Amino acid sequence: MSLTAADLLAGAILLAMTAYVLLAGADFGGGVWDLFAQGSRRERQRAVIANALGPVWEANHVWLILVVVLLFTCFPPAFSRIVIALHIPLTLILIGIVLRGSAFIFRSYGGQDSLAQRRWGRVFAISSLVTPLLLGVGVGAVAAGRVQRPSGEGFVADFVAPWLTPFAASVGGFTLALFAFLAAVYLTNETCETELREDFRRRALWSGGGVFVMALVTLVLAWQGAPLVWNGLVTAPGAMPFHLAVGVTATIALGALWQRRWRVARLAAVAQVSGILWGWALSQYPWMLPPSLSIADAAAPLITLKLTLGALGLGAIVLLPSLFYLFRIFKSKAQVKGVS
Amino acid sequence: MSLGFHILFAVVGIGMPLLMVIAEARWRRSGDPIDLELARRWSRGTAILFAVGAVSGTVLSFELGLLWPGFMELAGPIIGMPFSLEGFAFFTEAIFLGIYLYGWDRISPRAHLLAGIIVAISGVVSGVFVVIANAWMNAPTGFTLVDGRFTDLDPLAAMANSAAIQQVLHMTLASYAATGLAVAGIHAFLLRRDPLNAFHRRALTIGLMVGAPAALLQPLSGDISARNIAEHQPAKLAAMEALFTTQAGAPFLIGGLPDMESRSTHWGLEIPAGLSLLLHHDPKRVVTGLDSVPRADWPHVPTVHLAFQTMIALGSLMALVALWALFKLFRGHDLAADRRFLTLTALAAPMGFIAIEAGWTVTEVGRQPWIIYNVMRTSAAVTPMPGLAYTFVTFTALYFFLGVVVAWLLYTQIIRSPHEREWHRVHVPRSGGTP
Repeated sequence: MSLTAADLLAGAILLAMTAYVLLAGADFGGGVWDLFAQGSRRERQRAVIANALGPVWEANHVWLILVVVLLFTCFPPAFSRIVIALHIPLTLILIGIVLRGSAFIFRSYGGQDSLAQRRWGRVFAISSLVTPLLLGVGVGAVAAGRVQRPSGEGFVADFVAPWLTPFAASVGGFTLALFAFLAAVYLTNETCETELREDFRRRALWSGGGVFVMALVTLVLAWQGAPLVWNGLVTAPGAMPFHLAVGVTATIALGALWQRRWRVARLAAVAQVSGILWGWALSQYPWMLPPSLSIADAAAPLITLKLTLGALGLGAIVLLPSLFYLFRIFKSKAQVKGVS
Repeated sequence: MSLGFHILFAVVGIGMPLLMVIAEARWRRSGDPIDLELARRWSRGTAILFAVGAVSGTVLSFELGLLWPGFMELAGPIIGMPFSLEGFAFFTEAIFLGIYLYGWDRISPRAHLLAGIIVAISGVVSGVFVVIANAWMNAPTGFTLVDGRFTDLDPLAAMANSAAIQQVLHMTLASYAATGLAVAGIHAFLLRRDPLNAFHRRALTIGLMVGAPAALLQPLSGDISARNIAEHQPAKLAAMEALFTTQAGAPFLIGGLPDMESRSTHWGLEIPAGLSLLLHHDPKRVVTGLDSVPRADWPHVPTVHLAFQTMIALGSLMALVALWALFKLFRGHDLAADRRFLTLTALAAPMGFIAIEAGWTVTEVGRQPWIIYNVMRTSAAVTPMPGLAYTFVTFTALYFFLGVVVAWLLYTQIIRSPHEREWHRVHVPRSGGTP
């Protein structure tokens, strides 16, 4: 098996998706915890979340734009099928993204009017909850092999049936649990106040349990309703080591949380979530949109692929040091202490 | 529709960081708290607009596909290139804006100012790439069309299309002119009631510094664009000028309502041979009219013509304001003391944005019925999804709502006079300068 330019670009899309899930996914999760903030420390929890998101969420969000742009540049037929079959959930996702981003910024810059701020906070939190569900539904529809050319059998068959399935819904729930888990684990690293840390630790442990339950539900439903995914997960070459790695990192993450080893927990959670994404990608390789559109078939002409790879290389030279700088300023240990 | 909304935020997103950086640079030099206050306020404005621009830009990148999957499937490989590069420019902008906004006391002053400059530059760069992609739709190159598919792709040649430079220049200048004059205009309006307020005076000056030169250069770049369109998209130019018949010594039409059925224009004022003179610098030259293209390939002439006229009229007014401002500054007059000047500048505040929307209408409606000029019709590109009207209405309502909120926030956070009482009366006219 030799890697082609198309494979490399599909890999780049996967990496960008991973970055989106690890970074922006946690931002969505932060919104979820904003929604479920409770108890006497409610407002302080919200402040930690807002502080953690503020400087980075926009940069995190751009990973999604990169995924979309790479998809329509390098794999136009796949993009075209996705946007047609998933028109409805994608539209809702967009509304969610617009509301979340604007509500967050309106809350930050809304001045002293506390009622308006609370309302924007509510909008921010609710859209943070709904958007990951829908993102997961979209991924579920792709993985189950239901995103195809329109058959012309009517509105429901072409525009609703692809994504309105129990399996896709369970992937949605799984995504939401993952995002919330990631966010809670990160947030234990975002504050030095013991009480708040404990709050987020409890949330991380609960949502970690939720991830596990949703993973089981998704597997069972895949066995029933998405044979492609089931077969891929069980039979793909190299699938088993991946599952094993995910299992091990998940255990480490939860164990580290239990022992209050925050940075270890964060690292393990990152590895766990990346492992899940890559396991999914590996299980459907070489298909882009299983079961009929392969990466090679969907690829744009070679010249486009080569130029895009070049652009990615150039972009990375600018991007990676900038990102490193951004996160060093706002996420290093000393800085977090300085804020608290 | 989304584009029409996004373009406003994108424009301010290009212009605003420059204002913010100028104010901060002045503050770093002078230590004047007014400059610092302006830098902080404009950075807040940039933050709000960038966030809304970022999310509405995301909507766009999806919507291109959601609405026109046919277009994206055909054109993706060839115009994805500028979009990818735009993605990186945008990434850079987002990263350094985060650093700028939240890093006031975390990094050194020099690094902070540098971050602001990077925001301003990457804002322009990302705008440039997007406009290049649009220019390609007007002047498609870099491929051979065989049986409805592109072969022999050359994405680099596509980026270097014949409309790119003109459109990029025109749009970048428009961004600076519109933002700069809008800021100047708003503060001019407030100065009318409070002419000694030093805060508004400073804001007016910096706004004019950015807006006035751009507004003066804009008619020149418009002239270059028009001649380019005359050469490459004669149908669009003919529609802009409502020129129904090809003729030598074509007139330049001011106002008027074109009638596509009778192929004539009512109530217009014609300047004989004006159009030939403008386009070819020769009053006798032939200008191609709408009769040179089949009726089915006409854009909607009245819309294009009126939008074009609006853009020209507003652009000229803005250039006049800029000229007047520079003249007064050159003579050492006190700008804020002249109520007539303040009134006119205040009136110019929204003009840039209206002109941009009008110009956008010209280039998009003027290209119809093509989505890619002479290659693909818009109707062939549209999604098979029924009920698009619902999507359309939803997003329109959403954007309208966001627009109102943004306007309110901008007013309360940025424009309103600061509370520092002492700034209200501290302006001291320079000795000997004012009449």
